[in-house]
Amino acid sequence: MKPGRAARLCFLLLCLCCAGCTGWQSAMDPQGPAARRLDQLFWLFTGTAALIWLLVMLVLALALLRRRMPPEAVAEHRSTVAVGGAVAATVLIITGLTFASYLATRQDSAGHADALVIRVRGFQWWWEVTYPDAAPDHSFLTANEIHIPVGRPVRIELAAADVIHSFWVPNLAGKQDMIPGRDNALTFTVQQPGIYRGQCAEFCGLQHAHMALLVVAEPPEAFERWRAAQLAEAQAPRTPEAAEGQRLLEIKACGACHTVRGTAAAGTLGPDLTHLASRQYLAAGMLPVTRGALAAWIADPQTIKPGNNMPMVSLSADELQALSAYLVDLK
Amino acid sequence: MKHRVVIDLAELPPQGVGSASLTWWGTLAFMLIEGTGFALMIGVYLYLGSLAPEWPLGAPPPALGPGTAVTLVLLASLIPNWLLSRWAEAEDLRRVRIGLLIMAAFGVAPMVLRVLEFRALGISWDSNAYGSAVWMLLGLHTTHIITDLAETFVLCAMMFSRHARNARRFGDVQDGVLYWYFVVLTWLPIYACLYGIPRL
Amino acid sequence: MTRGRPAEDLRDTALAEVELTHGLARTWQTPSGFWGALATVDHKIIGRRYIATAFVFLALGGVLALLMRWQLARPESRILSPDLYNQVFTIHGTNMMFLFAVPVMEAMAVYLVPLMVGTRNIAVPRLNAFSYWMYLVGGVLLWVAFVLDMGPDVGWFAYVPLAGPQYGAGKRADIWAQMITFTEISALAVAVEIVVTVLKQRAPGMSLDRIPLFVWSMLVTSFIIILAMPAVMVASTSLILDRLVGTHFFNPAEGGDVLLWQHLFWFFGHPEVYIIFLPAVGMISSILPTFTRRPIFGYLPLVLALVGTGILAFGLWVHHMFTTGLPRVGESFFTASSMAIAVPSGIQIFCWLATIWYGRPVLKTPMLFILAFLFTFVIGGLTGVMVASVPLDTQVHDTYFVVAHFHYVLVGGAVFPLLGGVYYWFPKITGRMMSERIGRWVVGLLLAGFNLTFFPMHILGLQGMTRRIYTYQADMGWGGMNLFVSLSSLVLATGFLLFFIDAFRSARHGAPAGDNPWGAATLEWATSSPPPPYNFVRIPVVESASPLWDSPDALPVATGLRMDRRELLVSTVADAVPEARESSPGNSIWPLWAAAATTILLIASIFTPWAVVWGAIPVTIALIGWFWPKGTPEDES
Repeated sequence: MKPGRAARLCFLLLCLCCAGCTGWQSAMDPQGPAARRLDQLFWLFTGTAALIWLLVMLVLALALLRRRMPPEAVAEHRSTVAVGGAVAATVLIITGLTFASYLATRQDSAGHADALVIRVRGFQWWWEVTYPDAAPDHSFLTANEIHIPVGRPVRIELAAADVIHSFWVPNLAGKQDMIPGRDNALTFTVQQPGIYRGQCAEFCGLQHAHMALLVVAEPPEAFERWRAAQLAEAQAPRTPEAAEGQRLLEIKACGACHTVRGTAAAGTLGPDLTHLASRQYLAAGMLPVTRGALAAWIADPQTIKPGNNMPMVSLSADELQALSAYLVDLK
Repeated sequence: MKHRVVIDLAELPPQGVGSASLTWWGTLAFMLIEGTGFALMIGVYLYLGSLAPEWPLGAPPPALGPGTAVTLVLLASLIPNWLLSRWAEAEDLRRVRIGLLIMAAFGVAPMVLRVLEFRALGISWDSNAYGSAVWMLLGLHTTHIITDLAETFVLCAMMFSRHARNARRFGDVQDGVLYWYFVVLTWLPIYACLYGIPRL
Repeated sequence: MTRGRPAEDLRDTALAEVELTHGLARTWQTPSGFWGALATVDHKIIGRRYIATAFVFLALGGVLALLMRWQLARPESRILSPDLYNQVFTIHGTNMMFLFAVPVMEAMAVYLVPLMVGTRNIAVPRLNAFSYWMYLVGGVLLWVAFVLDMGPDVGWFAYVPLAGPQYGAGKRADIWAQMITFTEISALAVAVEIVVTVLKQRAPGMSLDRIPLFVWSMLVTSFIIILAMPAVMVASTSLILDRLVGTHFFNPAEGGDVLLWQHLFWFFGHPEVYIIFLPAVGMISSILPTFTRRPIFGYLPLVLALVGTGILAFGLWVHHMFTTGLPRVGESFFTASSMAIAVPSGIQIFCWLATIWYGRPVLKTPMLFILAFLFTFVIGGLTGVMVASVPLDTQVHDTYFVVAHFHYVLVGGAVFPLLGGVYYWFPKITGRMMSERIGRWVVGLLLAGFNLTFFPMHILGLQGMTRRIYTYQADMGWGGMNLFVSLSSLVLATGFLLFFIDAFRSARHGAPAGDNPWGAATLEWATSSPPPPYNFVRIPVVESASPLWDSPDALPVATGLRMDRRELLVSTVADAVPEARESSPGNSIWPLWAAAATTILLIASIFTPWAVVWGAIPVTIALIGWFWPKGTPEDES
């Protein structure tokens, strides 16, 4: 019978997926209390739902198979009792689930005074990340990669520069939209060091598919080291080729959009590149940061990520070599 | 399938009047649609007002004169409208013709005042969201006056033509009367919104 | 009229059967030929057109779905460019919601409701003709734009600012918004016709508690349409104004608000789901008694569930906005109301189960579709409870979990009953049966194909796969399951293909059906298949909720309607007591001209706001032509 086969296959699939639930962007592999609560709630709902579904299917199967017909009056009476009971059970279950859901929301919204504040602004199609500090020279800008210390609550303040985006790192917390003209925030804590991937969840145009970010959770000391390194100006070129690269960065179109602190490039339309090579990925999760990838990206950004806002700047092969040599050194 | 005749409908009137008329119900349904539209637009106005730091945004409250004049004209029109409905019910062709002419005049008058009213808003639709909302509310209501005015003209033409000698036309006039009530009644909350809320 | 009736007053009272049917046919017929076809106001012809057109759009939308699955079958695939993919998913959604699901349900109602309530034509029949033309133009506009690479690419929900003047370049979003105007005008028009038909044109004796449940569901649906669709009209009009004349409704820099769009859109968009779903459950409630050989259990609770769903439908829209950062208190309210909708849905399912339990199920194709519906829809309903929970929604919102959920609800919950309905009413509409053997294959392929395609999407969503992405990277680990889904979609597509083949074949070569092939109880089966232009030789009189079962030998009927002009019966709202004989407008070409004039106005206004001014002139002329008396028999009094 077709339904039976479908059900078996679905069940098999479910097993398969649970075996492989160790994704770095998965709601089923929670890595913090917020995501874990959601996970527990999910399984509570799923368990209840599966039970109800099985029950309904069982009743349906019996209804199709049974043959005995009581008189109409009896049938009517029994139906009334059964339907009434089922409706009452539905009301009870629904109330219980609503309450469970409400409890989870309430725990989620508890305040955190000592949270580390990070501002994330969504652009078509990348993430600008600001680590604000009371002292202006202690705040800095990066992109597409967020470092956080484990064990300390993190408050991500969300904004949008152009259209609506949505911040979602499923292993850590539920998503929250970034809406032009409105301010949102999301607070979570991560307990295990690790690298978690997130992705824009609200359709935002051509390259919505390629708008990823990484959250790197590390021990507090490592985080402080990273922070100190990010505060520094860009690495000065160490080879003549790299020096030529820096010169090109400053005189070609690059500086109109990108900033490399310590050089003349101070554009704000694109990601800050001061410590580009300290990040794992280029172009919001598209390419690893290697010299080859950098060269490929600069040579033809529109083929790699069609529609993105980086224009093709015409460069000779030597210039491309020099520029990528410079950029790959921006640790 | 064989038939067994149980009712004879021959004695029924050949045409429904009032709530027995299909167009009456159709008109009512369309009023429900448009009324929902008005309610939503008022909702948009209030919603934007609740978000704004000040309301009206970047403009003084609209001048009361022309809007109030429109309101008074519309309220005054209720009397001839009511009379027209009675005359149509009595199928009094001469009076219905007079009533339609009066109602045409009562349709034109608010249109003239409406031009002044748009000016009295003191803001353009493309200045800010407040301007957009008031222009849209006023514009939406104006299209209803225009629609009803056009309908009145057509009814006028019909009642002065050979088609007037038909009970059906009097039903059409009554549907027109019903719709004008709607146009006037929906104006009152819009008036309160446009002129009252900025002065709160 | 008094006893001494003149001979020329042609009533159906004393006439012989043959004379009567001839006279009625002459009065109600649609003239043959091209102009006759364009001018017809026969609800059955228009209904058939509507249904056929909607299924054409279903097929087209299905092709787009297959294109998407082809693209997503492998990571980083480059079959569709991101630009094309965005058009494809936007048009797939827009097409399925606005050009297939809503119109097809209304189309079934346009055909069936007048027959089920025992009247001769739908109320305001010329508006019905007009609404079909508007719908057709709206659909053609969308698809022509797509072929010209001007297809909307902003999602079927067209969120601002992406669809606004600053980021939505070109005319793509305007085409989307104006397509909405076309389809909403047509949907609202049909809703008005249905409301008036159901309230005022029911056969004598069809009191509120004897109305077939499909008719009840269409009445509730029509009211939902009337109250919900103005919201999307307001929204799309504001969007066009923002884009065309520089208003600032959605521009936060000038006091507008981005979320205003979402509120307006979902105030319509959530009831939209019930606009699609309620007719489908109405079909189930009307089909089920036929195949369980007993009256439906729980008529009153079923009606109350329909009405309750209709009311609750307006209290749920915010659950599409749980991740936008609205205040928690409000969100909790919307969680509760969204979950509460499970209660009326539950009532209906339990009543159907009780009907099957105490009935004698006959497993013909329409019944198999109902079983497929129960299997599938219950899953969709339960995942609906999950997305209603704010915290869970923050994880699954905008992921493939939600894609799976709403396809379970819309395909499992609405398309399966619809196809069951097509198998059930096809003999009435065409006079021929569809194939029972192929029908079983269709059910099997659709059920298996659907579940294999969409169930894994739940898991993909939980594994982090977001919606509306044109591709994904290989290291995400979604490749295997996506390939599986894409292959399964071929099974699903085969099921649909087989359905279309069966429908085409049966329309020509199916076994002749007879008046009442299934032995059903409702009035549409009391006339011939297909029904004559006047639907019923004499207006039936209803004495119970299952009229054909309770008077199996001779149908009680009323006489006294004229046959020399189109006349139908107006009855009271609650008890359907005859009130008046009313003439029903005859065929007219003017609705077509009015639609043409409106089309010029609406399409030109995409390019210049002045079109609203000069475009109003032909519209006015067409409307005057429409309503100006032509001296037809129907205009006499």
